[in-house]
Amino acid sequence: MSTTIDRQWTTRLRKRVEGTLPPEKLLPDTQPAYVASWIYVFGVLTLVAMAEVIGTGVILAIFGPQWWHVSGVGHFINSMHLWGVEVFFFAMIVHLWGKFAMAAWRGGRTLTWITGAVTFLASILTAFTGYLSQTNFDSQWISTQAKDGINSTGGGAFFNVLNFGQMLMWHIVLMPIIAVALVAFHVILVRIKGVVPPIVENPEVGQ
Amino acid sequence: MSKRYNPDVDVPEYTGRYAPYDIIKEGTIALVVVLILVLGLSITFGSPDDKAITLQTWSKADPVDFATTAFSELDGSSAVAGYGAPYNTNGTSQHWGFIAPAKWLGVHIPINTATDFVVSPLESQPANPALSSALAQWKGATSATQSAWLTAYSNVSGKMSFSGDRVVVPSAKDGPVPVMITSLTQMARSGALDQALETSKGFYTTDFTKPLLFLSDGTYFASLAQKGHLLGTQWGMMNETDSYPGQAWLWLYTFWYQVSPFNTSASADFLVWGLMMILTAVLVLVPFIPGLRSIPRRIKLYRLIWREHYQDL
Repeated sequence: MSTTIDRQWTTRLRKRVEGTLPPEKLLPDTQPAYVASWIYVFGVLTLVAMAEVIGTGVILAIFGPQWWHVSGVGHFINSMHLWGVEVFFFAMIVHLWGKFAMAAWRGGRTLTWITGAVTFLASILTAFTGYLSQTNFDSQWISTQAKDGINSTGGGAFFNVLNFGQMLMWHIVLMPIIAVALVAFHVILVRIKGVVPPIVENPEVGQ
Repeated sequence: MSKRYNPDVDVPEYTGRYAPYDIIKEGTIALVVVLILVLGLSITFGSPDDKAITLQTWSKADPVDFATTAFSELDGSSAVAGYGAPYNTNGTSQHWGFIAPAKWLGVHIPINTATDFVVSPLESQPANPALSSALAQWKGATSATQSAWLTAYSNVSGKMSFSGDRVVVPSAKDGPVPVMITSLTQMARSGALDQALETSKGFYTTDFTKPLLFLSDGTYFASLAQKGHLLGTQWGMMNETDSYPGQAWLWLYTFWYQVSPFNTSASADFLVWGLMMILTAVLVLVPFIPGLRSIPRRIKLYRLIWREHYQDL
């Protein structure tokens, strides 16, 4: 017979979390032997590149969007932000196509694939709003060109790429929250489901 | 009856060997490697920062282009003047057949180029007898008279020059138009037009829609972009100023603008965006699409990834 404590929402949630993602799954100390390829490195490289981008972005945010134009240190932090983004996308795209080659959606991992693909799209929008927030010629040109594409969909009525304030808010508040939430969900799904096993070429024999 | 095994969807339970794996150590090493890589790239290459241009720098560098553009804003022949939604109702919004979402959503950022880019900024100028008289004449005229003045100015604007801080055109029955265009050009060269457009909604502003739209109507802005390989025909969407790597991940989006029918369509943006939305949905939904989800099994790249596993079988 369940007690009052057992019926509490908090207790139920804790038990659900403990059952779905026990500590040994969240922080595993072993992996199946087939996890032995350099392609697996690109997932963690994507994560740490994202951390680097967020870290440098936080420093840029502390001093404001104009700082890097007038400060040598600011310009260097901006360089680290830019190259972090380039490394992030390189690692993410290799990770994406690596997972495609592995058909990594198999074995009930469909949502893992979908969250990964949506994270890629969210990252594109995050980077795009960053390019619009540079407050230099590049952001002027990109915004005036991009407006036509977005306006053609009707999106320009609400998402005005020529409005610097709106784009900066999307870049430093909304999109980071969305991207980090998606990545966290994606990683949790990977930990719950584990790494997808190799493709079985002869199911009758089994592998 | 048990469900039939589908190698593109299912996996058998793994009963093989497990190997030690230190996830914290892996993450730490990856962080150090990425930091060293990013530091090296930043020290070696830095990052580009081409200064933003203003209406002042444009009108000083190429006053005739500025004055020509200003006139096109006044007579309604500029790209923005005839853009359509979300700025005005003067143009046909991009569409595919009857599908025209921009038109359906209508005007959300109203722009009247003659009023917003020319007349209102001039009215914000300190009292000047010649300009005050020209504005009074313009505002007091019927639209037919205004059209006649604009047509007369248009006929001689091909011989426009800039001399002695004035826009010079052959004389014509163009009423107050020459004074207005010269005054706006002088205003731009002083920097006052930038201020007038940026602060048109109040003291605090972060919205540069008006000055950016004005800039985009001239040829000077595009000529600078062309030098930086940033035009659409130069795959500019994935380029960065000063030959730095830009948004290379937009290569497919950029590609469609280079090929038919997109590169000749008046609704190219809408068609490319529509196509990319479909392709994006396909990417997201790969696990559900028979044939597409079989590609990994057919190209067998996985044999390279799991070569040790298959060697052990």
